[in-house]
Amino acid sequence: MTEFTPILSLSGGVLIGLSAAAAFFLFGRVLGMTGIVARTLDFDFGEGSWRPFFLIGLVVTPLVLSMIAPSPHGFEPMGLIPMIVGGFLVGYGTRVGSGCTSGHGICGISRLSKRSIAATCTFMTTAVITVFVIRHVLGGAL
Amino acid sequence: MTQIIALVLGALFGGGLYLAGMTNPSKIVNFLDIAGIWDPSLIFVMGGGIPVAAIGFLMLKRREKPVVFDDIQVPTVGVIDKPLIIGSAIFGIGWGISGLCPGPAFASVLMEPAVIIPYLIALILGSLAYERFHR
Repeated sequence: MTEFTPILSLSGGVLIGLSAAAAFFLFGRVLGMTGIVARTLDFDFGEGSWRPFFLIGLVVTPLVLSMIAPSPHGFEPMGLIPMIVGGFLVGYGTRVGSGCTSGHGICGISRLSKRSIAATCTFMTTAVITVFVIRHVLGGAL
Repeated sequence: MTQIIALVLGALFGGGLYLAGMTNPSKIVNFLDIAGIWDPSLIFVMGGGIPVAAIGFLMLKRREKPVVFDDIQVPTVGVIDKPLIIGSAIFGIGWGISGLCPGPAFASVLMEPAVIIPYLIALILGSLAYERFHR
């Protein structure tokens, strides 16, 4: 079980929103992880190589923060098999569906994109069903 | 200058995910587990993020071009098609299985490499599978 953390999660959400807002206003780009990762893998780094630099900031900052102040949220991952199966489905599905939680869920909904609202409703629904099946039908056996 | 801005945006994004608790896969799965001990925290992440992002988008719309780059690359097509729904459905299944989407995985890879690197390798293979079969 994890603690309900409304204040921390709202504050974190505002920081994520600030990052997305600045990407719109300063760069004119959608801050979507799927696109950033896919294009970086294609060596399409963008103007001034902004994509790899964004990824460096994203990867390094939580480590630095964790050394200053340990996360109150902890880290309880699933097993190796769920990580690998889940990772593959996320990698494939986000490319087919042109986005994930950041591009559709935050940036897309913020500009009231119908596509992103439909995508977010879809992945939320299948994710809820998946967790229900794993935890309550299969008894957590995965 | 672009590089420094991009680094700061990445730092804000990663710091936000860390502060919000999104780097803990169990927190995501507990949010999705509405029939179990539900943890609604993720709603607050979206509730904080979406309105702030919307302000940035509205500020962009009032300008000819962004502050730093010369053109706007924000999708304008609004067609809800089959790939969007099928892809998002597959993504949701993977998200529910692992409790991780791409952003939080990158944000926690240096803290928990043994768990996250296998996920990221699988994610990249999934992305390459798309490029192999759909492009």
